[in-house]
Amino acid sequence: MKELVVISGKGGTGKTSLMAAFASLAENKVLCDADVDAADLHLILDPEIKESHDFQGGATAIINQDKCTECDLCRELCLWNAISEDFVVDQIACEGCGVCVYFCPEEAIDFPIKTCGEWFLSETRFGPMAHARLGIAEENSGKLVTLVRQEGRKLAEEKNLDLLLTDGPPGVGCPVIASLGGATAVLIVAEPTVSGRHDMERVAQLAAHFRVPAMVCVNKFDLNPDQAQAIEDFAREKAITVLGRIPFDPTFTKAMIQGQTIFEYDTNSKAGLAIKHLWEKIIAKI
Amino acid sequence: MSNMIISIASGKGGTGKTTVATNLAVSLGSDVQILDCDVEEPNAHLFIRPVIEDIQTITTPVPQIDEEKCNLCGKCADICQFRAIIVIGETVLPFHELCHSCRGCLLVCPEKAITETGRELGVIERGHKNGLEFVHGKLRIGEAMSPPLINKVREYTRDDAISIIDAPPGTSCPVIAAMNGADFILLVTEPTPFGLYDLKLAVEAVKILGIPCGLVINRSDMGDDKVHSYAEKEGVPILMEIPFDRQIAEAYSRGELLVDVMPEWKEKFLGLYRRIEEIVG
Repeated sequence: MKELVVISGKGGTGKTSLMAAFASLAENKVLCDADVDAADLHLILDPEIKESHDFQGGATAIINQDKCTECDLCRELCLWNAISEDFVVDQIACEGCGVCVYFCPEEAIDFPIKTCGEWFLSETRFGPMAHARLGIAEENSGKLVTLVRQEGRKLAEEKNLDLLLTDGPPGVGCPVIASLGGATAVLIVAEPTVSGRHDMERVAQLAAHFRVPAMVCVNKFDLNPDQAQAIEDFAREKAITVLGRIPFDPTFTKAMIQGQTIFEYDTNSKAGLAIKHLWEKIIAKI
Repeated sequence: MSNMIISIASGKGGTGKTTVATNLAVSLGSDVQILDCDVEEPNAHLFIRPVIEDIQTITTPVPQIDEEKCNLCGKCADICQFRAIIVIGETVLPFHELCHSCRGCLLVCPEKAITETGRELGVIERGHKNGLEFVHGKLRIGEAMSPPLINKVREYTRDDAISIIDAPPGTSCPVIAAMNGADFILLVTEPTPFGLYDLKLAVEAVKILGIPCGLVINRSDMGDDKVHSYAEKEGVPILMEIPFDRQIAEAYSRGELLVDVMPEWKEKFLGLYRRIEEIVG
């Protein structure tokens, strides 16, 4: 089975809109939204949820006030200053390391596992989909990314499909790292701005660090053709496949507002034609 | 309030956080600092173009085992919640990249066989541009944990200056690290279904923290009116709207500040600050 992960470094370069367009072009695939922190793909694919499951993250400490003798040891040991002067644990600040739990001489600290999100298996008009929602202000996004990709893979195996198409998170940290392991290739969606170029270079370094082959395309290239060129030059220098360019096209936004892919909104848009061309190259490559 | 901390956040990426943070900071002039806490993909320096005066490598403590002293009791592996230290056969193996630096293993080891070494998180670079103080963190490529580096950047918050924080996108732990303790959170969104959905998540996160917030709508004429009606319903004040303008988009693409290309925007950013001041009181 192949897996293509779409990432960008910088947010808002058009990853998810492009991913939705690919969803309508690709055959025999499972769709996976691994941007669990701010998942948006479902807004276009409108999945019908078939199964939902709780996501168990780490544990957090809770002090039992009846047993607590206020000896202050937990407050001394906590490196996150998560325990208040009246011995209440701030559930957001708590890292879940369990050091206070272990050392409390009164065994007054509970350490329950927290449910910190949900994951789903769904059907869409473009095929099956695995997706998830991390709770607000929660940790362990990397763990949930790994889980949702595994579930997507299982779904593909069960249904005998040979491609997993994964919408990745922005950035270069924990969730992105979790979205790269074992991927066949990543597609970096860049935008032709100084920020877009800077962030594309960093995420390309990340893909190289984890030895995942990378491809790049420049979205909205005509906003600044010089920057588009600079991104492509950088890519060639680093042996990253340059797939092509997509023009700036307000059709993307119009389609998004209707909850449609760009092809559903307009079969003949400028950007749509460029994307079809891009997809053929991707298929040939992976 | 001359030492206000304003954190600029968004939920969705690419909505214009950095545009708002940099133009607001530059418009305010002196006694201002900008702290770029989007350490995974910091961009503010591309617009501020500061002269960097200090570069520091930031590390986090991770365990190092003295095999002579270790008797393989396994207590370190038991206390570690992150599977960052395990006992296999005759050795104890620390996995530095999984370590959260809680020091649990070091505290629990009865043989005092564990000492600390460092894992590099990234660098912090500091400098100035005219009167504006600049600080940002840059996460090492391959490093997964951004919150500890964000916390280090925030240690440079001065209590005699206005601090503008450029936060990362999303609503999970790195964003919380960049918003917690701020006096005001300025959310930047775009009036599209993605923008609205992620804005709702961001507003929920801000509510958990209990910090007052307001909204900037970027590319305000490229979408629908659902963000406006949501803001009204939730009582989130809309403090500024920036229409889509190809000239703005192209200036941004070259790394130019809006207030440099279209100086009339400076007064608008100062107006934005005054409204925030009124709200915070």
